Amino acid sequence: MNFKLKDIIPQLITVTAVVLVFGFFTYNAQINMENRGIDFGYGFLSQESSFDVQFSLIEYDGSHSYFRAYLVGLLNTILVSVIGIIIATILGVIVGVARLSPNYLINKFAAFYVEFFRNIPLLLQIFFWYFAALRALPLPQDAEAIFGVFFLTIKGLYVPAFIWQNFSVFFYSIVAAIITIIIIRIHAKRVQENQGKQIPVFLISIGLIFILPLLSFLIGGVGISFEVPVLKQLATTSFIYEGGVSLPPELIALTLSLSLYTATFIAECVRAGIQGVGKGQKEAAASIGLTPNQVLKLVIMPQALRIIIPPTTNQYLNLTKNSSLAAAIAYPDLVLVFAGTALMQTGKAIEIVSITMFTYLTLSISISLLMNWYNKKIAIQEK
Amino acid sequence: MMSKINFLKPDRNNLNTFIYLGSFLFLISVLDVFLNSFFSLNLTGFLPSFLSFLLPLILGFIGLYFIRIEFSGIKHLDLLNKHINTNNFNAVLSLLIIFVIIKSLPPILSWFVIDASFAGDTKDVCTGSGACWTYIKVWMRRFMYGMYPNAEQWRINLSFIALVLMGSVGYFATDKFKKYLTLYYVVIYPLIAFLFIFFFISGGPVFFDFSYGIIAAILSIILGFFIPAKYKFYYFLIVPLALYIALKYFIFFEEYIELGKLDGLNWVETGAWGGLSLTFIISFFCLIFCFPIGMAFALGRRSNFPLIRYISVGFIEFWRGVPLITVLFMSAVMFPMFLPEDFFIDKLVRAIIAISLFEAAYVAEVIRGGLQALPRGQYEAAKSLGMGYWKMHIFVILPQALKLVIPGIANTFLALVKDTPLIFVVGLLEIVGMLNLAKTNPKWLGFAMEGYVFAAIIFWIICYAMSKYSYNLEQKYKTDR
Repeated sequence: MNFKLKDIIPQLITVTAVVLVFGFFTYNAQINMENRGIDFGYGFLSQESSFDVQFSLIEYDGSHSYFRAYLVGLLNTILVSVIGIIIATILGVIVGVARLSPNYLINKFAAFYVEFFRNIPLLLQIFFWYFAALRALPLPQDAEAIFGVFFLTIKGLYVPAFIWQNFSVFFYSIVAAIITIIIIRIHAKRVQENQGKQIPVFLISIGLIFILPLLSFLIGGVGISFEVPVLKQLATTSFIYEGGVSLPPELIALTLSLSLYTATFIAECVRAGIQGVGKGQKEAAASIGLTPNQVLKLVIMPQALRIIIPPTTNQYLNLTKNSSLAAAIAYPDLVLVFAGTALMQTGKAIEIVSITMFTYLTLSISISLLMNWYNKKIAIQEK
Repeated sequence: MMSKINFLKPDRNNLNTFIYLGSFLFLISVLDVFLNSFFSLNLTGFLPSFLSFLLPLILGFIGLYFIRIEFSGIKHLDLLNKHINTNNFNAVLSLLIIFVIIKSLPPILSWFVIDASFAGDTKDVCTGSGACWTYIKVWMRRFMYGMYPNAEQWRINLSFIALVLMGSVGYFATDKFKKYLTLYYVVIYPLIAFLFIFFFISGGPVFFDFSYGIIAAILSIILGFFIPAKYKFYYFLIVPLALYIALKYFIFFEEYIELGKLDGLNWVETGAWGGLSLTFIISFFCLIFCFPIGMAFALGRRSNFPLIRYISVGFIEFWRGVPLITVLFMSAVMFPMFLPEDFFIDKLVRAIIAISLFEAAYVAEVIRGGLQALPRGQYEAAKSLGMGYWKMHIFVILPQALKLVIPGIANTFLALVKDTPLIFVVGLLEIVGMLNLAKTNPKWLGFAMEGYVFAAIIFWIICYAMSKYSYNLEQKYKTDR
């Protein structure tokens, strides 16, 4: 029995302090709520919300419940985060590689971009795009069509909507293509390990992902048509586009600023990752006769990814959390819809703020678990 | 036939021909874009529009192709080839960047300087197509000081000048006083800064409760030097809190604090503070507070006591998992519910506490990285010299670990400065908030762009200077191991 008083007392004091602080808070909260006549509980989630949200991915109006409003906000947050992550990753990788370019101009241009965008507060950038840059766009009636179908106006971006026939067949064909590709990859790896033969997996994958959906068009009866937005006059000076999908300016400003800002950090991660792979690795790979493409694919990238992924995951998490700044420009995300409007209406501060925080906590932890799993998969397996 | 192919393929035999031809074509292309964008002359207007648009690119590309001669022996040409003209792809990218810069210069210049209006102090002077810097000029005081009364603004200026002067003591200290610098910067300087803001900028009992805490902390740190190392841990767990309670409820009374008020200074409530000065005040205090809290939790996370470790991990992961805006929401709407009813904490103080706790979690993770990067030998060597936990950490581990994580800490502080605009959530308006207020003023509608550009420039200068300073610090304290 390794029982020592010296080990127990500090822990005991700390725990007591934490418990006391929390107890103090709970006690006060109880008294305060009693005094104000608020009762604690999550029952309000099923009540009718009676407020409207201007942009929603699922069907929603005032007659739906608060829980539905919460879902609307959550989906909007996820939408912004996913679009932002995709754009930021593409941009970040390009800029990160450009920073390593031997070309002086490209190098400096990328460095300028990184230094410029990451030293300006994100909130300021969001305000800039929303209140200054996007306000300079034309009114709907003056907007010129881009490629004949897109309309970028002060009221948002209007894009044609897809109208699918037999969408499920198309969806299944894509799923089938992905599954086949995974099977072929596993098979190719086994063949290479056993017989040393290389199967052109990449070409086959490209082929499959195009051919199977194409077949679904030809044989499976999948059809697609576009619904192009059309200008419609509401009143003498008020115009609007009807049909198609409209992306509100809040969404555009938010994704633009989030991805431009986060891309600078991702670019730095990518640069550090590629620089972190020793020069000897490249030379060794070249000296055993690998082509430059193979050197990049088989030697540099696997090692660089190991360095790149953990900090990049952090940036994804930051982007997701930063998407809560949407509240500042009234994009109906989780914070605005739930911690803003719903809180004002119900007055249930503790419940609503705790649900909101818990949601973000869950989002963060799930992204970091996913990335940890991936990170572990590609990490060096030391024996 | 052969000679034609040879002619198209640059080599060193007819060096001069290629250089003259190539640079001629290249210069023509640059000149075309230049004249087009600065004087709106179109030299190639006789061509079809898309060809006229692409012509500079094609000409420049051919020009660069011609001058791409390896080892030409001409120094500048080789330099040019090596840096912007290594292959066709790079040549096109270089050309595009050059053209984009030339094309974007005239509109930027005309907006910023040439067509901008600087004079006057009403909206009427802003008729040109450029920026209206008059707007910034008129609103400058508001952007800098918020709603702080004009007649009292010298107090902020004086405090900041004094604090900057006192902050630069480290540069002039002689070797004799160098060893006291840490004590000065960690204890005395924050105290002076606090007193300045408490008595001078606020002019009143804003940081009521705060002052007890600060006094208790300082007293207990000073007393702590005389406590034997063995009991230091228990001492620091108990005494500061006990001292705080004693000060608040038994020794000091409100009259004493009232006595400390400077007569003749008007009290300016924190709601009126704002602008860039508020950005500085908040960044400064959060920076001071988040560092020790973060350090404590970093040590807690690596502690051998499981309960302390779990609490630290919980704390760190909680704050790192939620966005700052919800933390501020919490401090604004939820936190008052957790306090006794007669207990009121100023909203600026609440915001400072919230931001400090939030950033402390990030600081903790950064410091933990430094602690983990130290080789085990350092810990073992310190222990073998008979050092206890605190002695080992203060004299051996932390100095080395902190040195390692200077860039990380600098990044966290940068993030802190960039996060200050978020305090609009609790209703405080620093510079970005003031901009949003100013742009809705009916007399000055339509100048959002100028305001945001102005704030962006200020923030960019602050953040860029900070990152460069941290880079210098990193180089200065770099030790080879």
